[in-house]
Amino acid sequence: MSFSPSPAVKIGLSIAVATGLYGVSFGALGVASGLGVWQTVALSALMFTGGSQFAFIGVVAGGGAGSAAFGAATLLGVRNAVYGMQLNRMLKPRGWRRLLAAQVTIDESAATAAGQLDPGEQRRGFWSAGLGVFVLWNLFTLAGALLGDALGDPRRWGLDGAAVAAFLGLLWPRLRAREPVALAVVCALVTVLAMPRVPPGVPILLAALVAALWGWFSRGPADEGLEPDVDPADFDAAGGSPQERR
Amino acid sequence: MALWGWLLLASAAAYAIKLAGYLVPARWLENEHMSRVAGTLTIGLLASLTAMNTFSAGAALALDARLGALLAAALALWLRAPFLLVVVAGALAAALLRLAGIG
Repeated sequence: MSFSPSPAVKIGLSIAVATGLYGVSFGALGVASGLGVWQTVALSALMFTGGSQFAFIGVVAGGGAGSAAFGAATLLGVRNAVYGMQLNRMLKPRGWRRLLAAQVTIDESAATAAGQLDPGEQRRGFWSAGLGVFVLWNLFTLAGALLGDALGDPRRWGLDGAAVAAFLGLLWPRLRAREPVALAVVCALVTVLAMPRVPPGVPILLAALVAALWGWFSRGPADEGLEPDVDPADFDAAGGSPQERR
Repeated sequence: MALWGWLLLASAAAYAIKLAGYLVPARWLENEHMSRVAGTLTIGLLASLTAMNTFSAGAALALDARLGALLAAALALWLRAPFLLVVVAGALAAALLRLAGIG
């Protein structure tokens, strides 16, 4: 083929494959949490922000009310507003492009764009990662949901353990210094101490309150906690990516 | 409200938050508190969700096979395994512990 993608597009597509693949785990866990196949698929298509989607099914699986699932998912989506502001300044999309850009504004597309210096490459990186992840994330969510539906009893296959691993996997890349580790430990403790005392779903909101106060009153790097789950730097062609295509 | 209702409402809120980022004045970006809170909120919520999914048993706390899943996932992450492998490690640990009659 004569089609030769630019470096930013290569990174964007590699991110799309790596991120899209773990849509399988979201699909399977969504069904295991008690959601229907179509509810799980709707979350990926409409909500389309991995952390919030996992939060929504995590609260439902823990016996929390729909309102608590809404609260956890919405609070976890707040960082997307920060990405939106950064991308708006970088890409200046107008009209329908702005409406579409908003839907594919996630950790991975924001990080891919931010990793580029040239404005054209920033734009190509954002759209290839954003649209690429959207297409593959949704396809693999459907595959995972159908698989989860076929598996039957989720506990027998350790799917509740998979959910634990998924949340730790989302948290891990954000723990690159001592302070975020301390914050994570405090919020986990608040959750565990609150769990036997308040209705399901509420402990998460208490932890969110603690985290927000921590962020407001403490000093630290402004981009802390805003790391992508799959780092575009890992796919940078200059870094000798294993995903290099011809 | 039924779960579908909360699901659609949460999806609408997620989109509104994303779009809001494109619509607010650029000078809001200068407010350092704003992105700090967005970041610490993300860390706090993910830590809380990890703890809840590991230890919750209805309204009580439980120590079971999921703690093994947490440790297996931590080991996989420490070894820099990709996300999907981390999730599989968690599932495998929980399933094997149950097969052995633990948790």
